[in-house]
Amino acid sequence: MKFTLSWLKDHLETDANLDEIVEKLTLIGLEVEEVHNPAEALKPFTIARVVDARQHPNADRLKVLTVDTGKGEELQIVCGAPNARAGLVGVLARPGDYVPGIDVTLSVGKIRDVESFGMMCSERELELSDEHTGIIDLPEDAPVGVNYVDWAGLDDPVIEIGLTPNRPDCAGVHGIARDLAAAGLGKLKENRPPQIRGDGPCPVDVRLDFGDTPSLCPAFSLRLVKGVKNGPSPKWLQKRLIAIGLRPINALVDITNYITFDRGRPLHVFDAAKVKGDLVVRRGREGEELLALNGKTYSFDDTMCVISDDNGVESIGGIMGGEHSGCDETTTDVLVESALWDAYNIAQTGRKLGVTSDARYRFERGVDPNYCLPGLDQGTQMIVDLCGGTPSEHIFVGKIPNEERVLDFPLAEVERLSGIRLTAAEIKGILTRLGFWVTGNGETVKVAVPSWRPDVEGKADLVEEVVRIAGIDQVKSTPLPRQGTVSQKVLTTGQVRRNQARRALAVRGMKEAVTWSFISREQADAFGGGAEDLKLANPISSDMSDMRPSLIPGLAAAAQRNADRGYTDVALFEVGQIFAGDQPEHQAMVATGVRRNTAVMTGADRHWSGNAPQVSVFDARADAEAALAAAGAPVDKLMVFADAPSYFHPGRSGELRLGPKTVLARFGELHPGLLAKLDIDGPIAAFEVFIDRIPEPKSKGTRSKGALTISELMPVRRDFAFIVDEDLAAEKLIKAARGAEKQLIADVSLFDVYQGKGVPDGKKSLAIDVTLQPRQKTLTDEEIDAVAAKIVASVEKATGGSLRG
Amino acid sequence: MSELESLESEIMAAIAAAETEAQLEDVRVSALGKKGSVSEKLKTLGKMTPEERQVMGPAINGLKTRVGDKIAERKEELGAKALEARLLAERVDVTLPLRAAPAEEGRIHPVSQVIDELTAIFADMGFSIAEGPDIETDYFNFTALNFPEGHPARDMHDTFFFDPKEDGERMLLRTHTSPVQIRTMIDGEPPIRVIIPGRTYRCDSDQTHTPMFHQVEGLVIDKESHIGHLKWILEEFCKAFFEVDDVKMRFRPSFFPFTEPSMEVDIGCDRSGDEIRIGEGNDWLEILGCGMVHPNVIRNCGLDPDVYQGFAWGLGIDRIAMLKYGMPDLRAFFDADVRWIDHYGFRPLDLPTLFGGLTR
Repeated sequence: MKFTLSWLKDHLETDANLDEIVEKLTLIGLEVEEVHNPAEALKPFTIARVVDARQHPNADRLKVLTVDTGKGEELQIVCGAPNARAGLVGVLARPGDYVPGIDVTLSVGKIRDVESFGMMCSERELELSDEHTGIIDLPEDAPVGVNYVDWAGLDDPVIEIGLTPNRPDCAGVHGIARDLAAAGLGKLKENRPPQIRGDGPCPVDVRLDFGDTPSLCPAFSLRLVKGVKNGPSPKWLQKRLIAIGLRPINALVDITNYITFDRGRPLHVFDAAKVKGDLVVRRGREGEELLALNGKTYSFDDTMCVISDDNGVESIGGIMGGEHSGCDETTTDVLVESALWDAYNIAQTGRKLGVTSDARYRFERGVDPNYCLPGLDQGTQMIVDLCGGTPSEHIFVGKIPNEERVLDFPLAEVERLSGIRLTAAEIKGILTRLGFWVTGNGETVKVAVPSWRPDVEGKADLVEEVVRIAGIDQVKSTPLPRQGTVSQKVLTTGQVRRNQARRALAVRGMKEAVTWSFISREQADAFGGGAEDLKLANPISSDMSDMRPSLIPGLAAAAQRNADRGYTDVALFEVGQIFAGDQPEHQAMVATGVRRNTAVMTGADRHWSGNAPQVSVFDARADAEAALAAAGAPVDKLMVFADAPSYFHPGRSGELRLGPKTVLARFGELHPGLLAKLDIDGPIAAFEVFIDRIPEPKSKGTRSKGALTISELMPVRRDFAFIVDEDLAAEKLIKAARGAEKQLIADVSLFDVYQGKGVPDGKKSLAIDVTLQPRQKTLTDEEIDAVAAKIVASVEKATGGSLRG
Repeated sequence: MSELESLESEIMAAIAAAETEAQLEDVRVSALGKKGSVSEKLKTLGKMTPEERQVMGPAINGLKTRVGDKIAERKEELGAKALEARLLAERVDVTLPLRAAPAEEGRIHPVSQVIDELTAIFADMGFSIAEGPDIETDYFNFTALNFPEGHPARDMHDTFFFDPKEDGERMLLRTHTSPVQIRTMIDGEPPIRVIIPGRTYRCDSDQTHTPMFHQVEGLVIDKESHIGHLKWILEEFCKAFFEVDDVKMRFRPSFFPFTEPSMEVDIGCDRSGDEIRIGEGNDWLEILGCGMVHPNVIRNCGLDPDVYQGFAWGLGIDRIAMLKYGMPDLRAFFDADVRWIDHYGFRPLDLPTLFGGLTR
């Protein structure tokens, strides 16, 4: 919402200066977004008189002027304007002056060999209007040498406020003035328009025809003004419209635009000569179309409200008029409309048609119903004043909604909600100045809400009115009482686990990324997603169309982006949400990471101490296990399974499960075929840890870690090598060895995997190092041999292998 | 005697000439071994007369001792020399560059770090962290928050929708974290003190808007909290978060459907340099929106607004991260450019705490 200072002062009697007004506007909730004074740019320009105008010696269309600056000097200026002549009084720009309309800082120039020491300006060059047929031609008595801006009264700052959607009353200058007056910045000028009786009945009748459907137009008033002379509106009016960014059209149209901004009351004018028959306000019909005033054609359906006559649709009710019945210079009889529209329907229609207008903006927020007829009279009066003509009586159909809103308002509410203590008189005073009607003297008063405030529905709204006018700076900061002495644990187990996993992965050299929650359809399909209920109906692009079923595609794509920038070896992770459906329980938190090329934990790329290998399934599994351990999963109970979803390399991937069914993590090298399909260069090792699936820790009664038992006796270590089938899972062998003698075997570690010379085809050799920890006494050789025999027997039985000779 | 003397000088010369421990051992064996020259001399003592023995005994034994000592001495010398040679051979170029430690390479994203900072600050004030789903119903995202059907305030949230279901219900991506207010009030009992960090979505994309961003919402519901408390919390939060002693704040009335009264909050800053500096200067920067929870919202959660009251506020996590740490562009937050993460990210063990300071 834009307006000028002088416009505001038409409605507000005030001594306050611009800065005070701007500051107050912001403090009462009418946030000033910009203050712009177009006159600032025009300060240097002065009024000057052309003393002499001669033909340019080298150009037919140019003249050489001698200009009296009024400061005792004469300048030679080359000018091409057709109206340049001796005796003309105009506006002078001198070398060094910046001319906004042509975006040029003048310098002394030579035009066709004749020097020019400035220019005489057109209105367009000063951004005063679009006028450019000639230079500004001022009255002969305009004072030469004087600042043009001062003389012309152009010094009128434009104020723009960011209007919140709850304040339609301030979509007009009058409402803004009311707020300022209530806040103590002056006195509101009521400016009630005269009541116009009119001469004779309006010849065009109006019907509201909604059949048995709900009415979309509560009230509609119309009047004819006969014998008007339409043309450009007066300068003052044009100036105001231009200042707020509107283009002057003609007097009749400018008047409707003016009242839209003056009182927040949109009006519409029809050229009566182009309206055929009576006006019918009704729902649109399929197939109906209208070429609107913005030059676009709209088609309607029965959810929309139109104004039609015998020609068909003439106007989109409350949003925009039609080109056909619009007013132009030939208009002599004008129909003026002031109506009320269903706010919800205006919003819906505007959205459906994709049309915005100053009228829609106001009607969808709610205009003052009680100003429907006064608005018609205000418009009529301005037409008569500016264009002449004779108004008819008005027609009024429908009914002004009469929602008497009277609220019971306990004055203590102000302090309860805001903490500000104000007297009853102060509270009542503020409300009264805002136009509320306050009655009663007790602790609870009755407050009637003015018709222009559709936003005020309850006590809290009244508190807001009081607080914003009294000033929020009146509220004293009040410490929130502490609930205990020491702050308690506030994070849930899940939150703690995510944090732990995040830091653990970062400690492993991975960099945390945040990638989009939505990915492309192709990526979603490839990673087990792509369900219909997870597809956005209005995605911002096809790359961001589906909610992600996994973080891997986003991270793999991120790794590729880095590679494309020359960073080929990156380790990225993310802790974030994945979606299996659209219900809350379908959303899960995962920690996921990717390592590309040689970005292993110990460092990527070549190095004098040894080059980094390509990332492998084992890097991914190590990351997954580290994240699980940090998140508090029972890692010693996890089992490794060699199967994983199809986006992984089938032979180099697996799952970590708790029991046969609960998958806590997946890991592996990404499937090379899939990567190629997604335009991603491998190798990439990836893992995903399902944090939410980790079982809740058992609550223990004590924080004690229990007693530590350590043996004083030396542990004994023995090595064994077994020949087994090459596809045997090593874990099976280790488990068998460990289970051979639970009391003594403290650790089994696998230190060699060998295939080749000395091992039959289809077999491999696995070598383990078993640590025996005696508890009571040192072991004898016989006892050690006995354990060794048990280990061999157990492994051979479990694996079908044999001790390597 | 001269025989012994010459033997001694012979042995001593051999010891001195031994250049390795093996050579020295040969000398030792040849002198002190079972059949060594000194040992042979000792054997002669048995055949001597007592008088002779009285003279020769100490002389030969003296020789044996001196030879033994000399060998030990030489042995030590040779050992030291060998060690010296070994050390010399083992010398390396200690300036060779190392691989960086993984913990030095890893980074925490600024959004996570800032959420941890928020957690540290608000946990101290007794707040817990609440969360809710990203995919929401129209009811939780709008209706329960007092957004009337068709109201322009709904348009201001450029909402991502999913296709309507058979029953006409249309899921959406939450446009703010405020639906979690509703979920928290419905599921919990006052007094409530929570902050709600999370991802939010609007279909908007330009230099300063991304279709996904992060918000944190605060909610206090009890029987007495009012705007004064809200002001205090926000002032304390801004001082703690931006790590400044004092911060100017300006509360302006504004409008949000779910609060009444509603306010926007500006924070005092200095914009004269390349970066915005919080807590200095005479400029204002809008930083958050807040207000008393609207009675309709309290009612929608099954509570009586004449008994329960409270306030809520919301702000952009990415935005305050940018303000505090000086990132110029929001889009880079979601690009995963390792150069950006290295520069703006945080070391994995730099966990923000109030006792150790939020930022190191």
